[in-house]
Amino acid sequence: MTEATTLTPVLTKHWDAERSWTLATYLKNGGYRGLRAALAMAPADVVTAVKDSGLRGRGGAGFPTGMKWGFLPAPDGGPRYLVINADESEPGTCKDTPLMLASPQQLIEGAVITSYAIGCDHAFIYVRGELLHVYRRLLNAVAEAKAAGYVGENILGTGLNLEITVHAGAGAYICGEETALLDSLEGRRGQPRLKPPFPAVAGLYARPTVVNNVESIASVPAILEGGADWFKSMGTERSTGPGLFSLSGHVTRPGQYEAPLGITLRELLDMAGGVREGHELKFWTPGGSSTPIFTAEHLDVPLDYESVGKAGSMLGTRALQIFDETTSVVRAVARWTEFYKHESCGKCTPCREGTFWLDQIFQRIVAGKGTSQDIDTLLDLCDNILGRAFCALGDGATSPVTSAIQYFRDEFEAGTHTPADVLFPPERSSLFTYTPRRRAGQLAGVHA
Amino acid sequence: MTTTTSKPSTGILATPPAAAASPLDPATAVTFSIDGIEMAVPKGTLVIRAAEQLGIAIPRFCDHPLLAPVGACRQCLVEVWAPGRDGKLAKMPKPQPSCTLEATPGMAVKTQLTSAESDKAQHGVIEMLLINHPLDCPVCDKGGECPLQNQAMSNGRGQSRFVDIKRTFPKPIAISTQILLDRERCILCQRCTRFSKEIAGDPFIDLQKRGSSQQIGRFDTGILGYATGGPVGESRFADLPIGPAELVDSSGAPFASYFSGNTVQICPVGALTSAAYRFRSRPFDLVSTPGIAEHDSSGSAIRVDHRRGVVLRRLAGDDPAVNEEWITDKDRFAFAWQSAPDRLRTPFVRDAETGELTPASWPEALEVAAAGLAKAISAGTTPVGARGVGVLPGGRLTIEDAYAYSKFARVALGTNDIDLRSRPHSAEEEAFLASSIAGRPLDVTFADLERSPRVLLVALEAEEEAGVAFLRLRKGVLAGRTHVTSLAPFATRALDRLDGTLLAAAPGTEPEMLDAVATNAPEAELSALAAELGLDGALVLVGERLGAIPGGLSAVRRLADRTGARLAWIPRRAGERGGIEVGALPSLLPGGRPVAQAAARVDVAAVWGVDHLPEVPGRSVSAMLEAARTGSLAALVVGGVDVRDLPDPAAAREALAAVGFLVSLEVRPSEVTALADVVLPVAPPVEKPGTYLNWEGRPRPFPQALTSTAMSDHRVLDALADALGVTIGLRTLAEVHSELDELGAWDGERIEAPDVSAVEPPAIAPGHAVLATWHQLLDAGHLQDGEVFLAGTAKRPVARVSAATAAGVGVADGGLLDVSTDAGTVTLPVAVTAMGDHIVWLPTCSPGSEVRDTLRSGPGALVRLAAGTDLTVGTDSEVQS
Repeated sequence: MTEATTLTPVLTKHWDAERSWTLATYLKNGGYRGLRAALAMAPADVVTAVKDSGLRGRGGAGFPTGMKWGFLPAPDGGPRYLVINADESEPGTCKDTPLMLASPQQLIEGAVITSYAIGCDHAFIYVRGELLHVYRRLLNAVAEAKAAGYVGENILGTGLNLEITVHAGAGAYICGEETALLDSLEGRRGQPRLKPPFPAVAGLYARPTVVNNVESIASVPAILEGGADWFKSMGTERSTGPGLFSLSGHVTRPGQYEAPLGITLRELLDMAGGVREGHELKFWTPGGSSTPIFTAEHLDVPLDYESVGKAGSMLGTRALQIFDETTSVVRAVARWTEFYKHESCGKCTPCREGTFWLDQIFQRIVAGKGTSQDIDTLLDLCDNILGRAFCALGDGATSPVTSAIQYFRDEFEAGTHTPADVLFPPERSSLFTYTPRRRAGQLAGVHA
Repeated sequence: MTTTTSKPSTGILATPPAAAASPLDPATAVTFSIDGIEMAVPKGTLVIRAAEQLGIAIPRFCDHPLLAPVGACRQCLVEVWAPGRDGKLAKMPKPQPSCTLEATPGMAVKTQLTSAESDKAQHGVIEMLLINHPLDCPVCDKGGECPLQNQAMSNGRGQSRFVDIKRTFPKPIAISTQILLDRERCILCQRCTRFSKEIAGDPFIDLQKRGSSQQIGRFDTGILGYATGGPVGESRFADLPIGPAELVDSSGAPFASYFSGNTVQICPVGALTSAAYRFRSRPFDLVSTPGIAEHDSSGSAIRVDHRRGVVLRRLAGDDPAVNEEWITDKDRFAFAWQSAPDRLRTPFVRDAETGELTPASWPEALEVAAAGLAKAISAGTTPVGARGVGVLPGGRLTIEDAYAYSKFARVALGTNDIDLRSRPHSAEEEAFLASSIAGRPLDVTFADLERSPRVLLVALEAEEEAGVAFLRLRKGVLAGRTHVTSLAPFATRALDRLDGTLLAAAPGTEPEMLDAVATNAPEAELSALAAELGLDGALVLVGERLGAIPGGLSAVRRLADRTGARLAWIPRRAGERGGIEVGALPSLLPGGRPVAQAAARVDVAAVWGVDHLPEVPGRSVSAMLEAARTGSLAALVVGGVDVRDLPDPAAAREALAAVGFLVSLEVRPSEVTALADVVLPVAPPVEKPGTYLNWEGRPRPFPQALTSTAMSDHRVLDALADALGVTIGLRTLAEVHSELDELGAWDGERIEAPDVSAVEPPAIAPGHAVLATWHQLLDAGHLQDGEVFLAGTAKRPVARVSAATAAGVGVADGGLLDVSTDAGTVTLPVAVTAMGDHIVWLPTCSPGSEVRDTLRSGPGALVRLAAGTDLTVGTDSEVQS
């Protein structure tokens, strides 16, 4: 694009460079300047700089990153760990994966700076098991950085040591929950831990641990290089800096758009060429499937933590899934519900049994065989899951259901008599031509 | 039904003072409110526990007071208000699980009784738990005593809104021959897996899969798809259960758990059931009587559930001071022996003409018995020179019964020839028991085990020989308080689970090792141990096996005196400690009074209303049997003695056959009854009231569970004394108790501690090894008769030798090894074990390995090793050739 945009490429600055993932390319584009700047400062000052930048966790919850680091107890001579959460598995969320593919050194530089700041000499990157390509690229990146003296012993001659272990998970959404991730990393069954103690006090191997998202850590070098004030010049007062906005679905040019927090979907859609030609926006997720859906009326909600929260959803991971009017909201939510049922870790009753039940109700409504009580049951069931589950995963499973009923109740009511694929033939939603498979026994051409 | 009344503060039956409830420290007390009721609790108290104190029942499933909180089932959600920074109460946005929430100052908790939010949250969780739970309550073992059923009634909806398809599984999975799992009933509270990990340390089941497919399962290759085989360096043939053996635990090792029955009891639904009780009864048809387990010296509280005079199951009782809420599988499942079809129901008298035992009336049997005994007392006729009666009460008696034997011997038979030890024993042991154990109740308690910083186990394999004590030690270890060292030939899996240290000693060298534990020892390990045994609360726990090692107990005594560690003796049988206290030893009168002291004899004679007591020191079991065999003892009165338990069963059989007159008091036919002249049937524990004294010296009274005409030993002995023309006045429990109270404690001098030096260990010739042996918890003991499901969970008998020793005799791991003495040969598969060379370990009394019977040897003896011959293979090859 040549026209001026409101994009602020920081993380994505050199994604279009030749072999962008190599250390050489990274260095050519100013890589590891942030580390040099950090190493010239006292560790506590690095923490202060990140605090001052207002950087908030990019993994969804938006907890201030510098403050999280500050929660670690004073050093007691024992090990402390940095664990980077790269278990990106939320439906719609696709920011960390391209980041690690295109610019893994950025994450490694951030890991070195963070480790220096918190006094840790062993960092772990927990990569989602399915991301084989990312895993290989990270392994190579760590090896490259180690060979060049940015990682390993006596980093840049400063006496700083840091080992980085890249660990591949086995493909479980729950392992994106930080305590489940820690259990999994320790070789245990990935299920969330009882808190307290919080990871800052007793995390990996019961030692003080910082768990941060990939994008958060990757944002750190730029803050050290550019300064907190530069970082705060982007975004809103309480949601500072740029962030990756991942547009997907019925949009003309899907992809990663790095823009200051507070941008609106309308602006992003303008840059992305709008909703699919000839169609109009029906609903969208502001931050992945676990955040309550929005509709066209929310096009001008500033995409920062506060405004999205005020409008009844969550900024989450800025995974903007765009659905146009050909989409059955019932089918979309049913598909997400299947995901939550499949990914529930099984530890607590509301999530384990609740998603099992939700799924069965949805299957009936999708088939047009819902009962008159089903909507009430869905809502009450969600009420019995929300805030009752052990971790946030259970809550997330209810968000799309309750918000979808809130905005599209009539479609659920139609599920008592008409199948969703009759109301919304799936081939109309697809971005390519295909013939949907029909359920057995269904007459062909019933809804030409 | 007789109940024991409260006792004076001294004496054998003195009830220990109940642990005073520790007063609430106002400095750390937390004041908060539940449902508007203000209360103060110690800091760290969970809200659900505090609510219990108020009598508010918050429904729960995963919560268990003895397991770490997990907050998994979400049933106990309550509304919580807590003061914010401004001091104002603010409602927490989500309802909180009260089982993981600690009370904090000023907190206001609203349970389902006062909060619609709590009530709805609880209703919601119950409804979700029920969607996948089968409605098979009418056929489920748990129906009628099921927390899910009960709480669905009290805190659930009348009708489910779930109209879809339930999750189902093929049922049941046999986790062992005893424990069955119906997965569709499971609500995944994880109590069972947490028990296995946190309490027993033998995680034989764990969660598998996830979400709604999550299930509890065993670690078999079929589910997890990995190759079997134990951890590197451990024999694949060790600790295998006798039953189907394809099972492995979470470590990949073959599974054998001695505590698995506890998971059945704490399962809040009917998912885990025992094969022995499954589909046998409805809980509401059962009558429950509290009891005390008869299988070991722990005195575990149990609950005996019976219906129409038949015991159907036993459960763990709740006694925080002793067994908490756990018992061994033996205590739980091994009760069929008490009602075995071969129970002796009438007395028997040997017919003079046919030589056969014939049923007789009580008056007739007592008359014959009295006549025989009277003749033996007065002076022997046949065989020439035989005179006097010896008494072998056995080690499984209640205090009351043992006391009756003690008094009967002294007053009615006029002898000190009484010894309850039906196992290897020594004069050194007798002196040790008299000097260091008798008359010292509650010197060391279960609570001390878990509080101790340092515990040394000597000749005690706690899991096998005192299961509940093992659990207590493990509790202390897991809490980071206790460090255990075991003086033994090798580290067992149980010691691993105690995270313990092995102080390796070949059998017979224990005294040498114990004497080497000194602060100035050149070996750092031994000097550190000596120093740590000087810590406040340090303990030395000694097993009964050390009594057979010359110098062993003397060395232990010296070690305790040298370091200041306290000493506890943990025998295997339930009646040993009580019997010692009431004088069922040749040198002791009741209360630890030495027979040799005139003052002690006068003391007891006064209470017993006799002029004097016999002064001649009594003989030990072995000495009595030898005297009977050689014809110098005319008669024997034998209680519950299994001849296989005696140090030399073959010699004992000869003695029993040779003795002029033999009276047997037994529950079931035995080798003794087969040789007896008069058999007097006595009641098993379930048919009599009584009191066990556990190893702590704590009285463990229990009532009679079943209506029965069977008589206790004390009543039979009272009648027998009457027939002899002597009144001992012990017909009723009340009479026994009143005498025991009158006797009180002894404050006079005690027998001196033994100081026996160790004997030089024998030189080991090639092809020989030193024998190490102890009993497995589940073995060939007759008190496990009639319980096939339990038998399947016993460990397979193996012979353990080091790799070098196995190679020396040319036997591979799993191959057969012959262990021989001149008396016989035990042939078992080898489990190569990390242990010293030239030592071989055998289970003492397991199927195919009855060491005393076959080898006529014990720990420290020399045995020959040779490659075994597989008889079945041999037969095959013969057929082929």
